[in-house]
Amino acid sequence: MEFLRPATWQEAVAAKAEHPSAVPIAGGTDVMVEINFDHRRPEHLLDLGRIPELSEFDTDSGSGTVRLGASVPYSRIMEHLRTQAPGLALASHTVASPQIRNRGGVGGNLGTASPAGDAHPALLAGGAEVEAVSVRGTRLIPIDDFYVGVKRNALAPDELIRAVRLKTATGPQQFSKVGTRNAMVIAVCAFGIALHPEVRQVRTGIGSAAPTPIRARAAEEFLAAALEEAGLWESRAALPPAVARQFATLVSGAANPIDDVRGTASYRRHALGVMARRTLDWTWREYRGAERTESCA
Amino acid sequence: MRVTFTVNGRQASADDVWEGESLLYVLRERLGLPGSKNACEQGECGSCTVRLDGVPVCSCLVAAGQAQGREVTTVEGLAGPEGELSTVQQAFVDAGAVQCGFCTPGLLVAADELLERNPEPSDGDIREALSGNLCRCTGYEKILDAVRLAAARTEGAV
Repeated sequence: MEFLRPATWQEAVAAKAEHPSAVPIAGGTDVMVEINFDHRRPEHLLDLGRIPELSEFDTDSGSGTVRLGASVPYSRIMEHLRTQAPGLALASHTVASPQIRNRGGVGGNLGTASPAGDAHPALLAGGAEVEAVSVRGTRLIPIDDFYVGVKRNALAPDELIRAVRLKTATGPQQFSKVGTRNAMVIAVCAFGIALHPEVRQVRTGIGSAAPTPIRARAAEEFLAAALEEAGLWESRAALPPAVARQFATLVSGAANPIDDVRGTASYRRHALGVMARRTLDWTWREYRGAERTESCA
Repeated sequence: MRVTFTVNGRQASADDVWEGESLLYVLRERLGLPGSKNACEQGECGSCTVRLDGVPVCSCLVAAGQAQGREVTTVEGLAGPEGELSTVQQAFVDAGAVQCGFCTPGLLVAADELLERNPEPSDGDIREALSGNLCRCTGYEKILDAVRLAAARTEGAV
């Protein structure tokens, strides 16, 4: 094994071009588990820990975007991006433990592309773009096209994740996750929702209930149409319970879960419906002008 | 490869480090610092918790090469030069927060960092700060008592 230690982003991208099978390591919270358990013996480990810009984020109020470096640890997302990326900040708070949140970041979640990664539902709901860079150039991959299979993503072998771009939130966002306890838990299933009032859209993300993280598109379209039809975006009136129920049913139906040690498929479908209804209730209350709820369970 | 970093204020080097080796292994097996414990090797238990540039991390999930040039503090760095226990360590002893002792080093490092950052933590703050450290003996109540005691003593000293 060779330990590659690029000092700059240019060096890192060049090293990945030279050794396309090199495994990038930043926080190490996924990669080191695989190495410790002999599940992986890469020829090259590519340490990204010395590249300062990967641990930085910019919020541009002019363009209304957040550019989040791939290695910004979850603990800093929780602390600094609550306003700009509330869904991702809530999801970050549910990641593992303080020790893990101090090291892990969104780039690792995306690189691993596990359907259970906590950031995915929030990234899907937020409409993120992944900045993939190689010596050939930079491309922005829409999050909807990023997850291509179980633990497989759309990156080319010579590409590295530089950052994630998100539109600064213009409406309420929520995240909910089911597990056996609050800390140190891999999601049995998870759900994220974001209201985008400026474009009259709703976006969602489902985690751990299909081969990849997915959106519940039929539920999104139904809810956006129901809000439009009843003039609720403008009136901010209470949401009819039937709309919330149908939204929950459609979210539940979008999932394609399996039975495994963490839960059965039918439990996951049921729990997704419950989370969809609850998070919709929280977001809609906030949209109506109530205090942002701190709830996240 | 050779890895050099500062541990508990002193420069330390290890040779012939395997590239996939963890910081925890280097501390325990190459630098003679067995305080940090090796249990789950997957970041679940927190017994290997150390501070890397001041931040609590699981040393089993830090590749040794990533520690190059950085500052590491282990549980061995908590006590004073003459071996006098730190406030948190003394509080763990006094509150009976230690049973088998395996989780203790990780909890001490996590609790010490909490009190440095937040000298008057609420019970919620304590629970959250220690949520990445598993103890299978105490049921945690005595550990919570110890952290409250250390906080009260720290406040009293100011």
